[in-house]
Amino acid sequence: MDVIERIKNTLSEHPIVLYMKGTPDFPMCGFSMRTSQALNATGAEYFSVNVLEDPEIRANLPRYSNWPTFPQLYINGELIGGCDITLELYESGELQRMVAEAAKQATAQ
Amino acid sequence: MRPNELKSLLETAFPGARIEVASPDDVHFQAVVVAETFAGQATLARHRMVYAALGKRMGGEVHALSLRTLTPAEAEGG
Repeated sequence: MDVIERIKNTLSEHPIVLYMKGTPDFPMCGFSMRTSQALNATGAEYFSVNVLEDPEIRANLPRYSNWPTFPQLYINGELIGGCDITLELYESGELQRMVAEAAKQATAQ
Repeated sequence: MRPNELKSLLETAFPGARIEVASPDDVHFQAVVVAETFAGQATLARHRMVYAALGKRMGGEVHALSLRTLTPAEAEGG
């Protein structure tokens, strides 16, 4: 399958997706670690993709999303941002609201 | 890249902006950009504007860039 198709499939199958370096249990970069910790703190279930194990995604997602670095957080297929934006949203309480909303929509479907 | 080089790249891209850049290792950077041009833009769009100014350097010479992007009014307020 084409890499862009794979990205689109992942984003349509999972309401919350984190593309990161490493995994939430074993993050391989401080920015990915802080972003997954913020998501963990919301209690939300999310799907994570380790871009270090998928060089094709790592090379092509930045072009698809017009965002040059990792991590990248998506909710309902839409890019929310990287580490700075995710932490900002978490600190303001907005991230908690967004993930709760995404979970509610996913259950309703 | 030295923080000063990154700063001057951003100054060229955002004329008149107030810019601070710091780096512990010349690869990971923290920048604050205060520019009127951010008015009416969401944070995601503001960060994209900064990344666009750096082009291919992002992910290359600039391994990571932690950003705060504010309008002058927001900078005053907080």
